[in-house]
Amino acid sequence: MHDAMIAVKDVTYSYGERTALDGVSFDVASGEAFALLGPNGSGKTTLFRILCTLLAPQRGSASIDGLDVVRDRAAARTRMGVVFQSPSLDIHLTVRENLIHAGQLYGLRGATLKTRVAASLDGVNLSNRASDRVKTLSGGLQRRVELAKCLLHQPKLLILDEPSTGLDPRARDEFWALLNQARAERNTTIIVTTHLLDEADACDRVAIFDRGKLVACGSPDVLKQRIGGDCLTVATADAVAFTNEIATRFSDIVCTTVNGAIRIESENAAGLATKLLREFGDRIQSVTIGRPTLHDVFIHETGHRFDEASEGAGE
Amino acid sequence: MNQDESIGAESRLLIPAYSLARREITRFLRQKGRVIGAVGTPLIFWLLFGGGIGSSFKVEKLGESYLEYSYPGAIASILLFTAIFSMISIIDDRSEGFMQCVLVAPVSRLAIVLGKVAGASVLAVGQASVFLLLAPVAGLRLGLMEIVATLGAMILLSVAVCGLGFWMAWRMESTQGFHAVMNVLLMPMLALSGAFFPMTGASIVIVWIMRLNPMTYGVSLLRCALLGKPVDEATGLGVITAIGVTIGFALVMLAASIRAASRETKYALA
Repeated sequence: MHDAMIAVKDVTYSYGERTALDGVSFDVASGEAFALLGPNGSGKTTLFRILCTLLAPQRGSASIDGLDVVRDRAAARTRMGVVFQSPSLDIHLTVRENLIHAGQLYGLRGATLKTRVAASLDGVNLSNRASDRVKTLSGGLQRRVELAKCLLHQPKLLILDEPSTGLDPRARDEFWALLNQARAERNTTIIVTTHLLDEADACDRVAIFDRGKLVACGSPDVLKQRIGGDCLTVATADAVAFTNEIATRFSDIVCTTVNGAIRIESENAAGLATKLLREFGDRIQSVTIGRPTLHDVFIHETGHRFDEASEGAGE
Repeated sequence: MNQDESIGAESRLLIPAYSLARREITRFLRQKGRVIGAVGTPLIFWLLFGGGIGSSFKVEKLGESYLEYSYPGAIASILLFTAIFSMISIIDDRSEGFMQCVLVAPVSRLAIVLGKVAGASVLAVGQASVFLLLAPVAGLRLGLMEIVATLGAMILLSVAVCGLGFWMAWRMESTQGFHAVMNVLLMPMLALSGAFFPMTGASIVIVWIMRLNPMTYGVSLLRCALLGKPVDEATGLGVITAIGVTIGFALVMLAASIRAASRETKYALA
Protein backbone atom coordinates (compact mmCIF):
# COMPACT_ATOMS: atom_id res chain seq x y z
CA MET A 1 0.00 0.00 0.00
CA HIS A 2 1.46 3.32 -1.00
CA ASP A 3 -0.02 6.55 0.23
CA ALA A 4 1.75 8.66 -2.38
CA MET A 5 0.93 8.09 -6.05
CA ILE A 6 4.07 10.05 -6.94
CA ALA A 7 7.16 10.35 -4.78
CA VAL A 8 9.99 12.58 -6.02
CA LYS A 9 13.10 12.62 -3.87
CA ASP A 10 16.07 14.93 -4.40
CA VAL A 11 15.82 14.69 -8.20
CA THR A 12 18.64 16.43 -10.04
CA TYR A 13 19.18 16.62 -13.78
CA SER A 14 21.64 18.59 -15.92
CA TYR A 15 22.09 19.02 -19.65
CA GLY A 16 25.85 19.34 -19.71
CA GLU A 17 26.76 22.40 -17.65
CA ARG A 18 23.16 23.58 -17.46
CA THR A 19 21.18 22.45 -14.41
CA ALA A 20 17.55 21.79 -15.31
CA LEU A 21 16.49 20.30 -11.96
CA ASP A 22 18.27 20.85 -8.68
CA GLY A 23 17.39 18.60 -5.72
CA VAL A 24 13.63 18.57 -6.22
CA SER A 25 11.46 16.65 -3.73
CA PHE A 26 7.68 16.38 -3.30
CA ASP A 27 4.86 13.83 -3.02
CA VAL A 28 1.50 13.67 -4.76
CA ALA A 29 -1.33 11.79 -3.03
CA SER A 30 -3.74 9.43 -4.79
CA GLY A 31 -6.66 11.26 -6.37
CA GLU A 32 -4.97 14.64 -6.11
CA ALA A 33 -4.78 17.22 -8.93
CA PHE A 34 -1.27 18.60 -8.80
CA ALA A 35 0.25 21.36 -10.95
CA LEU A 36 3.90 21.88 -11.81
CA LEU A 37 3.91 25.63 -12.40
CA GLY A 38 6.81 27.54 -13.83
CA PRO A 39 7.95 29.69 -16.72
CA ASN A 40 9.79 28.27 -19.73
CA GLY A 41 13.15 26.96 -18.63
CA SER A 42 12.09 26.30 -15.05
CA GLY A 43 12.68 22.54 -15.34
CA LYS A 44 9.09 21.33 -15.29
CA THR A 45 9.28 19.62 -18.67
CA THR A 46 12.43 17.76 -17.62
CA LEU A 47 10.55 16.59 -14.54
CA PHE A 48 7.62 15.57 -16.77
CA ARG A 49 9.98 13.46 -18.90
CA ILE A 50 11.42 11.81 -15.79
CA LEU A 51 7.96 11.01 -14.40
CA CYS A 52 6.77 9.47 -17.67
CA THR A 53 9.90 7.24 -17.77
CA LEU A 54 11.63 8.86 -20.74
CA LEU A 55 14.55 10.23 -18.71
CA ALA A 56 16.44 8.84 -15.72
CA PRO A 57 17.27 11.26 -12.90
CA GLN A 58 21.02 11.75 -12.55
CA ARG A 59 20.61 11.96 -8.78
CA GLY A 60 17.69 11.12 -6.51
CA SER A 61 14.68 9.00 -7.40
CA ALA A 62 11.09 9.17 -8.55
CA SER A 63 8.37 6.57 -8.20
CA ILE A 64 4.83 6.06 -9.51
CA ASP A 65 2.50 4.03 -7.30
CA GLY A 66 5.56 2.71 -5.46
CA LEU A 67 7.33 1.69 -8.69
CA ASP A 68 10.68 3.29 -9.46
CA VAL A 69 10.53 5.10 -12.82
CA VAL A 70 13.89 3.68 -13.86
CA ARG A 71 14.15 0.24 -12.26
CA ASP A 72 10.46 -0.73 -12.57
CA ARG A 73 9.59 1.39 -15.57
CA ALA A 74 7.75 -1.35 -17.53
CA ALA A 75 5.28 -1.79 -14.64
CA ALA A 76 5.18 1.95 -13.92
CA ARG A 77 4.18 2.58 -17.56
CA THR A 78 1.02 0.48 -17.10
CA ARG A 79 -0.09 2.81 -14.28
CA MET A 80 0.00 6.04 -16.24
CA GLY A 81 -1.62 7.77 -19.16
CA VAL A 82 0.40 10.56 -20.75
CA VAL A 83 -0.75 13.59 -22.73
CA PHE A 84 2.15 15.31 -24.46
CA GLN A 85 2.38 18.98 -25.28
CA SER A 86 2.92 18.24 -28.97
CA PRO A 87 0.20 16.28 -30.74
CA SER A 88 0.76 12.54 -30.63
CA LEU A 89 -2.14 11.42 -32.81
CA ASP A 90 -1.71 10.02 -36.29
CA ILE A 91 -3.64 12.53 -38.36
CA HIS A 92 -4.02 10.09 -41.26
CA LEU A 93 -5.95 7.63 -39.10
CA THR A 94 -9.53 8.03 -37.92
CA VAL A 95 -10.36 8.84 -34.33
CA ARG A 96 -11.37 5.22 -33.69
CA GLU A 97 -8.24 3.84 -35.36
CA ASN A 98 -6.05 6.03 -33.16
CA LEU A 99 -7.81 4.74 -30.07
CA ILE A 100 -7.62 1.11 -31.17
CA HIS A 101 -3.92 1.50 -31.78
CA ALA A 102 -3.40 3.13 -28.37
CA GLY A 103 -5.33 0.33 -26.65
CA GLN A 104 -3.28 -2.32 -28.41
CA LEU A 105 -0.09 -0.71 -27.13
CA TYR A 106 -1.40 -1.50 -23.65
CA GLY A 107 -2.24 -5.09 -24.59
CA LEU A 108 -5.99 -4.53 -24.96
CA ARG A 109 -7.82 -6.49 -27.66
CA GLY A 110 -11.08 -8.10 -28.69
CA ALA A 111 -14.30 -7.24 -26.89
CA THR A 112 -12.48 -5.43 -24.06
CA LEU A 113 -10.79 -3.09 -26.52
CA LYS A 114 -14.02 -2.47 -28.42
CA THR A 115 -15.94 -1.66 -25.23
CA ARG A 116 -13.20 0.59 -23.91
CA VAL A 117 -12.91 2.52 -27.18
CA ALA A 118 -16.68 3.09 -27.27
CA ALA A 119 -16.76 4.15 -23.61
CA SER A 120 -13.76 6.43 -24.04
CA LEU A 121 -15.27 8.13 -27.10
CA ASP A 122 -18.52 8.56 -25.24
CA GLY A 123 -16.65 9.95 -22.24
CA VAL A 124 -15.17 12.78 -24.30
CA ASN A 125 -18.36 13.30 -26.35
CA LEU A 126 -16.79 12.24 -29.63
CA SER A 127 -18.80 9.14 -30.56
CA ASN A 128 -20.23 10.97 -33.56
CA ARG A 129 -16.74 11.75 -34.90
CA ALA A 130 -15.30 8.24 -34.45
CA SER A 131 -14.99 7.56 -38.18
CA ASP A 132 -13.52 10.96 -39.07
CA ARG A 133 -9.84 11.35 -39.85
CA VAL A 134 -8.06 13.19 -37.06
CA LYS A 135 -6.78 15.84 -39.47
CA THR A 136 -10.37 17.04 -39.99
CA LEU A 137 -10.81 17.79 -36.26
CA SER A 138 -10.19 21.16 -34.61
CA GLY A 139 -7.32 21.54 -32.13
CA GLY A 140 -9.73 21.31 -29.21
CA LEU A 141 -11.31 18.09 -30.46
CA GLN A 142 -7.89 16.58 -31.17
CA ARG A 143 -6.95 17.29 -27.57
CA ARG A 144 -10.07 15.44 -26.46
CA VAL A 145 -9.03 12.44 -28.56
CA GLU A 146 -5.63 12.54 -26.85
CA LEU A 147 -7.38 12.41 -23.50
CA ALA A 148 -9.65 9.55 -24.59
CA LYS A 149 -6.57 7.71 -25.84
CA CYS A 150 -4.71 7.89 -22.57
CA LEU A 151 -7.77 6.93 -20.50
CA LEU A 152 -8.36 3.68 -22.43
CA HIS A 153 -6.29 1.47 -20.16
CA GLN A 154 -7.81 3.09 -17.07
CA PRO A 155 -4.58 4.46 -15.61
CA LYS A 156 -4.25 5.42 -11.96
CA LEU A 157 -2.30 8.48 -12.95
CA LEU A 158 -2.61 11.02 -15.74
CA ILE A 159 0.49 13.03 -16.60
CA LEU A 160 -0.11 16.03 -18.84
CA ASP A 161 2.47 18.38 -20.31
CA GLU A 162 1.03 21.85 -20.99
CA PRO A 163 -2.25 20.32 -22.21
CA SER A 164 -3.87 23.70 -22.93
CA THR A 165 -1.23 24.81 -25.41
CA GLY A 166 -2.90 26.08 -28.56
CA LEU A 167 -6.44 25.81 -27.19
CA ASP A 168 -8.85 28.72 -27.04
CA PRO A 169 -10.43 29.45 -23.62
CA ARG A 170 -13.61 27.54 -24.42
CA ALA A 171 -11.78 24.43 -25.62
CA ARG A 172 -9.54 24.66 -22.56
CA ASP A 173 -12.54 24.75 -20.20
CA GLU A 174 -14.11 21.79 -21.99
CA PHE A 175 -10.87 19.84 -21.76
CA TRP A 176 -10.56 20.48 -18.03
CA ALA A 177 -14.21 19.56 -17.46
CA LEU A 178 -13.56 16.17 -19.07
CA LEU A 179 -10.37 15.75 -17.09
CA ASN A 180 -12.17 16.45 -13.82
CA GLN A 181 -14.96 14.09 -14.84
CA ALA A 182 -12.43 11.29 -15.38
CA ARG A 183 -10.87 12.13 -12.07
CA ALA A 184 -14.20 12.02 -10.24
CA GLU A 185 -15.21 8.70 -11.80
CA ARG A 186 -12.03 6.75 -11.07
CA ASN A 187 -10.19 8.78 -8.44
CA THR A 188 -7.44 9.28 -11.02
CA THR A 189 -4.44 11.27 -9.87
CA ILE A 190 -3.58 14.17 -12.18
CA ILE A 191 -0.25 15.90 -12.50
CA VAL A 192 -0.01 18.69 -15.03
CA THR A 193 2.81 20.99 -16.10
CA THR A 194 1.63 24.48 -16.91
CA HIS A 195 2.69 28.07 -17.18
CA LEU A 196 -0.93 29.24 -16.92
CA LEU A 197 -1.67 30.62 -13.47
CA ASP A 198 -5.42 29.99 -13.57
CA GLU A 199 -4.84 26.38 -14.63
CA ALA A 200 -2.57 25.86 -11.63
CA ASP A 201 -5.03 27.71 -9.40
CA ALA A 202 -7.70 25.12 -10.17
CA CYS A 203 -5.54 22.26 -8.87
CA ASP A 204 -5.49 20.92 -5.30
CA ARG A 205 -1.81 21.71 -4.89
CA VAL A 206 0.83 23.55 -6.84
CA ALA A 207 4.60 23.12 -7.02
CA ILE A 208 6.23 26.33 -8.24
CA PHE A 209 9.49 25.98 -10.12
CA ASP A 210 12.06 28.59 -10.98
CA ARG A 211 15.37 27.88 -12.70
CA GLY A 212 15.38 24.21 -11.76
CA LYS A 213 14.45 24.69 -8.13
CA LEU A 214 11.19 23.97 -6.34
CA VAL A 215 10.55 27.34 -4.69
CA ALA A 216 7.12 26.68 -3.17
CA CYS A 217 4.67 23.80 -2.82
CA GLY A 218 1.18 23.76 -1.34
CA SER A 219 -2.47 24.49 -2.01
CA PRO A 220 -3.02 27.71 -3.99
CA ASP A 221 -4.88 29.29 -1.05
CA VAL A 222 -2.18 28.46 1.48
CA LEU A 223 0.52 29.79 -0.82
CA LYS A 224 -1.38 33.03 -1.34
CA GLN A 225 -1.92 33.43 2.42
CA ARG A 226 1.84 33.44 2.89
CA ILE A 227 1.86 36.91 1.37
CA GLY A 228 -0.17 38.11 4.35
CA GLY A 229 -2.42 40.71 2.76
CA ASP A 230 -3.00 42.35 -0.59
CA CYS A 231 -0.62 43.41 -3.30
CA LEU A 232 -0.18 47.01 -4.30
CA THR A 233 1.36 47.84 -7.66
CA VAL A 234 2.46 51.43 -8.30
CA ALA A 235 3.30 52.58 -11.81
CA THR A 236 5.74 55.46 -12.03
CA ALA A 237 8.27 56.96 -14.42
CA ASP A 238 11.38 56.01 -12.43
CA ALA A 239 10.61 52.99 -10.28
CA VAL A 240 14.11 52.47 -8.87
CA ALA A 241 14.57 56.03 -7.61
CA PHE A 242 11.01 56.11 -6.30
CA THR A 243 11.51 52.81 -4.45
CA ASN A 244 14.56 54.25 -2.69
CA GLU A 245 12.64 57.35 -1.79
CA ILE A 246 9.74 55.39 -0.29
CA ALA A 247 12.22 53.27 1.68
CA THR A 248 13.86 56.44 3.04
CA ARG A 249 10.58 58.13 4.01
CA PHE A 250 8.75 55.04 5.33
CA SER A 251 11.02 52.49 6.93
CA ASP A 252 8.09 50.13 7.63
CA ILE A 253 7.22 49.71 3.92
CA VAL A 254 9.01 46.92 2.08
CA CYS A 255 8.82 47.50 -1.63
CA THR A 256 10.46 45.84 -4.62
CA THR A 257 10.89 46.92 -8.20
CA VAL A 258 9.45 44.39 -10.59
CA ASN A 259 9.46 44.94 -14.33
CA GLY A 260 9.47 48.75 -14.06
CA ALA A 261 6.75 48.96 -11.40
CA ILE A 262 6.82 49.10 -7.62
CA ARG A 263 5.27 46.18 -5.79
CA ILE A 264 4.30 46.25 -2.11
CA GLU A 265 2.67 43.51 -0.05
CA SER A 266 0.51 44.95 2.70
CA GLU A 267 -2.22 43.94 5.15
CA ASN A 268 -3.77 47.39 4.64
CA ALA A 269 -3.23 48.05 0.97
CA ALA A 270 -6.06 50.60 0.69
CA GLY A 271 -4.67 52.71 3.54
CA LEU A 272 -1.18 52.49 2.11
CA ALA A 273 -2.39 53.55 -1.33
CA THR A 274 -4.02 56.63 0.16
CA LYS A 275 -0.83 57.44 2.03
CA LEU A 276 1.34 57.13 -1.05
CA LEU A 277 -1.04 59.19 -3.20
CA ARG A 278 -1.06 61.91 -0.55
CA GLU A 279 2.73 62.02 -0.33
CA PHE A 280 3.73 61.39 -3.96
CA GLY A 281 0.54 61.98 -5.94
CA ASP A 282 2.22 63.96 -8.70
CA ARG A 283 4.72 61.19 -9.43
CA ILE A 284 2.34 58.24 -9.43
CA GLN A 285 0.81 57.21 -12.75
CA SER A 286 -1.51 54.53 -11.35
CA VAL A 287 -2.08 52.40 -8.25
CA THR A 288 -3.54 48.90 -8.42
CA ILE A 289 -4.68 46.85 -5.45
CA GLY A 290 -5.29 43.14 -5.90
CA ARG A 291 -5.81 39.95 -3.92
CA PRO A 292 -2.64 37.86 -4.14
CA THR A 293 -2.44 35.54 -7.13
CA LEU A 294 -0.05 32.71 -7.83
CA HIS A 295 1.93 35.24 -9.83
CA ASP A 296 2.35 37.26 -6.63
CA VAL A 297 3.40 34.08 -4.88
CA PHE A 298 5.97 33.53 -7.61
CA ILE A 299 7.31 37.07 -7.23
CA HIS A 300 7.24 36.73 -3.45
CA GLU A 301 9.32 33.55 -3.61
CA THR A 302 11.71 34.46 -6.42
CA GLY A 303 11.92 38.26 -6.45
CA HIS A 304 11.15 38.44 -10.17
CA ARG A 305 8.21 38.20 -12.52
CA PHE A 306 7.11 35.05 -14.33
CA ASP A 307 7.99 36.49 -17.73
CA GLU A 308 11.46 37.54 -16.56
CA ALA A 309 12.34 34.03 -15.51
CA SER A 310 12.57 32.26 -18.84
CA GLU A 311 16.26 32.94 -19.21
CA GLY A 312 18.58 30.74 -17.20
CA ALA A 313 18.10 27.05 -16.67
CA GLY A 314 16.74 25.08 -19.63
CA GLU A 315 13.91 22.64 -19.68
CA MET B 1 -8.89 -5.56 -16.19
CA ASN B 2 -6.07 -5.91 -13.75
CA GLN B 3 -3.44 -3.31 -14.54
CA ASP B 4 -0.65 -5.90 -14.52
CA GLU B 5 -2.31 -8.20 -17.06
CA SER B 6 -0.88 -6.13 -19.85
CA ILE B 7 2.73 -6.89 -18.95
CA GLY B 8 2.68 -10.37 -20.55
CA ALA B 9 4.91 -11.16 -23.54
CA GLU B 10 2.02 -11.27 -25.99
CA SER B 11 0.76 -7.92 -24.75
CA ARG B 12 4.17 -6.28 -24.76
CA LEU B 13 5.37 -7.75 -28.05
CA LEU B 14 2.94 -9.31 -30.49
CA ILE B 15 -0.14 -7.10 -30.18
CA PRO B 16 1.84 -3.81 -30.28
CA ALA B 17 4.00 -5.09 -33.17
CA TYR B 18 0.89 -6.04 -35.13
CA SER B 19 -0.67 -2.68 -34.32
CA LEU B 20 2.39 -0.72 -35.46
CA ALA B 21 2.64 -2.72 -38.70
CA ARG B 22 -1.03 -2.20 -39.45
CA ARG B 23 -0.77 1.52 -38.78
CA GLU B 24 2.16 1.73 -41.21
CA ILE B 25 0.10 0.15 -43.97
CA THR B 26 -3.07 2.14 -43.27
CA ARG B 27 -1.33 5.50 -43.30
CA PHE B 28 0.57 4.60 -46.47
CA LEU B 29 -2.63 3.79 -48.32
CA ARG B 30 -4.01 7.20 -47.33
CA GLN B 31 -0.99 9.13 -48.58
CA LYS B 32 -1.08 9.01 -52.34
CA GLY B 33 2.13 11.01 -52.63
CA ARG B 34 4.11 8.22 -51.02
CA VAL B 35 2.86 5.69 -53.58
CA ILE B 36 3.97 8.01 -56.37
CA GLY B 37 7.33 8.68 -54.72
CA ALA B 38 8.22 5.07 -53.98
CA VAL B 39 7.12 3.49 -57.28
CA GLY B 40 7.15 6.47 -59.63
CA THR B 41 10.75 7.56 -59.11
CA PRO B 42 12.38 4.17 -59.84
CA LEU B 43 9.91 3.58 -62.68
CA ILE B 44 10.74 6.90 -64.34
CA PHE B 45 14.49 6.42 -63.89
CA TRP B 46 14.27 2.87 -65.19
CA LEU B 47 12.35 3.90 -68.30
CA LEU B 48 14.45 7.04 -68.95
CA PHE B 49 17.78 5.33 -68.41
CA GLY B 50 16.64 2.30 -70.33
CA GLY B 51 15.45 4.41 -73.25
CA GLY B 52 18.12 7.09 -73.05
CA ILE B 53 21.36 5.27 -72.48
CA GLY B 54 20.17 1.81 -73.37
CA SER B 55 21.54 1.99 -76.90
CA SER B 56 25.00 3.21 -75.81
CA PHE B 57 25.21 0.78 -72.91
CA LYS B 58 26.32 -2.57 -74.26
CA VAL B 59 26.14 -5.56 -71.99
CA GLU B 60 27.41 -7.70 -74.82
CA LYS B 61 28.83 -10.41 -72.63
CA LEU B 62 25.48 -10.72 -70.88
CA GLY B 63 23.42 -10.53 -74.02
CA GLU B 64 20.68 -8.39 -72.43
CA SER B 65 18.97 -5.10 -73.20
CA TYR B 66 19.61 -2.35 -70.66
CA LEU B 67 15.95 -2.34 -69.63
CA GLU B 68 16.28 -6.02 -68.83
CA TYR B 69 19.64 -5.58 -67.15
CA SER B 70 18.47 -2.78 -64.86
CA TYR B 71 15.08 -4.33 -64.06
CA PRO B 72 16.27 -6.12 -60.85
CA GLY B 73 17.99 -2.86 -59.83
CA ALA B 74 14.72 -0.96 -60.29
CA ILE B 75 13.02 -3.47 -57.97
CA ALA B 76 15.82 -3.01 -55.43
CA SER B 77 15.33 0.79 -55.74
CA ILE B 78 11.62 0.44 -54.95
CA LEU B 79 12.41 -1.66 -51.90
CA LEU B 80 15.03 0.83 -50.70
CA PHE B 81 12.96 3.98 -51.35
CA THR B 82 9.92 2.51 -49.60
CA ALA B 83 12.06 1.62 -46.60
CA ILE B 84 13.49 5.15 -46.46
CA PHE B 85 10.11 6.87 -46.77
CA SER B 86 8.60 4.61 -44.11
CA MET B 87 11.39 5.00 -41.60
CA ILE B 88 11.98 8.73 -41.95
CA SER B 89 8.86 9.42 -39.86
CA ILE B 90 10.61 7.82 -36.86
CA ILE B 91 12.86 10.85 -36.49
CA ASP B 92 10.15 13.45 -35.89
CA ASP B 93 7.86 10.97 -34.16
CA ARG B 94 10.45 10.26 -31.47
CA SER B 95 11.01 13.83 -30.37
CA GLU B 96 7.45 15.03 -30.82
CA GLY B 97 4.53 13.12 -32.12
CA PHE B 98 3.13 9.67 -32.38
CA MET B 99 6.18 7.69 -31.25
CA GLN B 100 6.23 9.45 -27.86
CA CYS B 101 3.08 7.60 -26.84
CA VAL B 102 4.62 4.32 -27.97
CA LEU B 103 7.72 4.99 -25.88
CA VAL B 104 5.78 5.61 -22.66
CA ALA B 105 3.57 2.53 -23.18
CA PRO B 106 4.63 -0.83 -21.69
CA VAL B 107 5.83 -1.97 -25.11
CA SER B 108 8.96 -4.01 -25.74
CA ARG B 109 11.45 -2.13 -27.94
CA LEU B 110 11.66 -5.33 -30.00
CA ALA B 111 7.96 -4.83 -30.81
CA ILE B 112 8.68 -1.35 -32.16
CA VAL B 113 11.39 -2.69 -34.49
CA LEU B 114 9.36 -5.70 -35.63
CA GLY B 115 6.21 -3.65 -36.15
CA LYS B 116 7.87 -0.90 -38.17
CA VAL B 117 10.02 -3.31 -40.23
CA ALA B 118 7.12 -5.71 -40.89
CA GLY B 119 4.79 -2.88 -41.93
CA ALA B 120 7.35 -1.24 -44.18
CA SER B 121 8.35 -4.61 -45.70
CA VAL B 122 4.74 -5.40 -46.61
CA LEU B 123 4.54 -2.02 -48.35
CA ALA B 124 7.87 -2.48 -50.12
CA VAL B 125 7.08 -5.97 -51.36
CA GLY B 126 3.56 -4.90 -52.34
CA GLN B 127 4.84 -2.05 -54.49
CA ALA B 128 7.65 -4.10 -56.00
CA SER B 129 5.06 -6.78 -56.85
CA VAL B 130 3.06 -4.22 -58.81
CA PHE B 131 6.27 -3.36 -60.64
CA LEU B 132 6.67 -7.06 -61.50
CA LEU B 133 3.76 -6.62 -63.90
CA LEU B 134 6.16 -4.63 -66.09
CA ALA B 135 8.49 -7.61 -66.51
CA PRO B 136 7.33 -8.17 -70.14
CA VAL B 137 8.35 -4.56 -70.94
CA ALA B 138 11.86 -5.52 -69.83
CA GLY B 139 11.70 -8.55 -72.08
CA LEU B 140 11.31 -11.03 -69.24
CA ARG B 141 8.90 -13.93 -69.37
CA LEU B 142 8.33 -15.01 -65.78
CA GLY B 143 7.09 -18.48 -64.91
CA LEU B 144 5.57 -19.44 -61.55
CA MET B 145 8.94 -20.53 -60.18
CA GLU B 146 10.55 -17.20 -61.10
CA ILE B 147 7.69 -15.25 -59.55
CA VAL B 148 7.81 -17.24 -56.28
CA ALA B 149 11.61 -16.99 -56.13
CA THR B 150 11.48 -13.25 -56.85
CA LEU B 151 8.88 -12.68 -54.11
CA GLY B 152 11.13 -14.56 -51.67
CA ALA B 153 14.12 -12.47 -52.70
CA MET B 154 12.10 -9.26 -52.36
CA ILE B 155 10.96 -10.21 -48.84
CA LEU B 156 14.53 -10.93 -47.75
CA LEU B 157 15.96 -7.74 -49.23
CA SER B 158 13.08 -5.58 -47.96
CA VAL B 159 13.57 -6.78 -44.36
CA ALA B 160 17.28 -5.98 -44.72
CA VAL B 161 16.81 -2.44 -46.10
CA CYS B 162 13.93 -1.67 -43.72
CA GLY B 163 16.18 -2.78 -40.86
CA LEU B 164 18.91 -0.53 -42.24
CA GLY B 165 16.45 2.38 -42.51
CA PHE B 166 15.19 1.86 -38.95
CA TRP B 167 18.70 1.65 -37.55
CA MET B 168 19.75 4.86 -39.27
CA ALA B 169 16.55 6.79 -38.53
CA TRP B 170 16.57 5.86 -34.83
CA ARG B 171 20.05 7.31 -34.42
CA MET B 172 19.26 10.55 -36.26
CA GLU B 173 18.13 13.76 -34.64
CA SER B 174 16.81 15.46 -37.77
CA THR B 175 15.28 14.51 -41.08
CA GLN B 176 17.86 16.77 -42.75
CA GLY B 177 20.59 14.52 -41.36
CA PHE B 178 18.77 11.49 -42.69
CA HIS B 179 18.60 13.02 -46.16
CA ALA B 180 22.33 13.72 -46.01
CA VAL B 181 23.10 10.11 -45.07
CA MET B 182 20.72 8.94 -47.77
CA ASN B 183 22.69 10.86 -50.38
CA VAL B 184 26.11 9.94 -49.04
CA LEU B 185 25.49 6.30 -48.12
CA LEU B 186 22.26 4.83 -49.45
CA MET B 187 22.39 6.18 -53.00
CA PRO B 188 26.00 4.99 -53.54
CA MET B 189 25.00 1.65 -51.98
CA LEU B 190 22.35 1.31 -54.65
CA ALA B 191 24.53 2.66 -57.46
CA LEU B 192 27.38 0.30 -56.59
CA SER B 193 25.25 -2.82 -56.24
CA GLY B 194 25.28 -3.95 -59.83
CA ALA B 195 21.82 -2.37 -60.20
CA PHE B 196 22.92 -0.03 -63.00
CA PHE B 197 26.17 -1.49 -64.32
CA PRO B 198 27.85 -4.89 -64.00
CA MET B 199 30.92 -5.66 -61.97
CA THR B 200 32.67 -6.89 -65.06
CA GLY B 201 34.55 -4.00 -66.64
CA ALA B 202 34.56 -1.85 -63.50
CA SER B 203 37.86 -0.70 -61.97
CA ILE B 204 39.37 -2.89 -59.28
CA VAL B 205 38.50 -0.38 -56.54
CA ILE B 206 34.86 -0.27 -57.62
CA VAL B 207 34.78 -4.05 -57.88
CA TRP B 208 35.95 -4.36 -54.29
CA ILE B 209 33.45 -1.79 -53.08
CA MET B 210 30.73 -3.72 -54.88
CA ARG B 211 31.86 -6.96 -53.32
CA LEU B 212 31.76 -5.42 -49.85
CA ASN B 213 28.37 -3.82 -50.47
CA PRO B 214 25.56 -6.05 -49.10
CA MET B 215 23.11 -4.53 -51.60
CA THR B 216 25.12 -6.19 -54.41
CA TYR B 217 24.09 -9.59 -53.07
CA GLY B 218 20.46 -8.54 -52.83
CA VAL B 219 20.40 -7.28 -56.42
CA SER B 220 22.19 -10.44 -57.59
CA LEU B 221 19.66 -12.54 -55.73
CA LEU B 222 16.83 -10.68 -57.47
CA ARG B 223 18.51 -11.14 -60.86
CA CYS B 224 19.04 -14.87 -60.27
CA ALA B 225 15.40 -15.24 -59.17
CA LEU B 226 14.01 -13.27 -62.13
CA LEU B 227 16.12 -15.08 -64.71
CA GLY B 228 15.89 -18.47 -63.00
CA LYS B 229 19.67 -18.80 -63.10
CA PRO B 230 21.99 -20.20 -60.39
CA VAL B 231 24.63 -17.51 -61.02
CA ASP B 232 24.32 -13.77 -61.65
CA GLU B 233 26.63 -13.19 -64.60
CA ALA B 234 26.78 -9.43 -63.94
CA THR B 235 28.56 -9.99 -60.62
CA GLY B 236 29.66 -13.60 -60.81
CA LEU B 237 27.82 -14.32 -57.54
CA GLY B 238 26.06 -17.66 -57.01
CA VAL B 239 22.53 -17.77 -55.69
CA ILE B 240 23.53 -19.57 -52.47
CA THR B 241 26.09 -16.87 -51.66
CA ALA B 242 23.56 -14.16 -52.48
CA ILE B 243 20.91 -15.75 -50.23
CA GLY B 244 23.39 -16.27 -47.39
CA VAL B 245 24.73 -12.70 -47.44
CA THR B 246 21.25 -11.16 -47.79
CA ILE B 247 19.94 -13.20 -44.83
CA GLY B 248 23.03 -12.13 -42.88
CA PHE B 249 22.48 -8.49 -43.91
CA ALA B 250 18.85 -8.67 -42.71
CA LEU B 251 19.76 -10.31 -39.40
CA VAL B 252 22.58 -7.84 -38.71
CA MET B 253 20.34 -4.85 -39.46
CA LEU B 254 17.50 -6.19 -37.30
CA ALA B 255 19.92 -6.85 -34.44
CA ALA B 256 21.44 -3.37 -34.83
CA SER B 257 17.95 -1.81 -34.86
CA ILE B 258 16.86 -3.68 -31.74
CA ARG B 259 20.09 -2.69 -30.03
CA ALA B 260 19.66 0.97 -31.03
CA ALA B 261 16.02 1.05 -29.87
CA SER B 262 16.88 -0.65 -26.56
CA ARG B 263 19.92 1.45 -25.84
CA GLU B 264 19.68 3.84 -22.97
CA THR B 265 21.49 7.08 -23.56
CA LYS B 266 22.35 9.96 -21.33
CA TYR B 267 19.17 11.69 -22.46
CA ALA B 268 16.79 8.79 -23.05
CA LEU B 269 15.59 5.64 -21.34
CA ALA B 270 14.65 2.58 -23.39
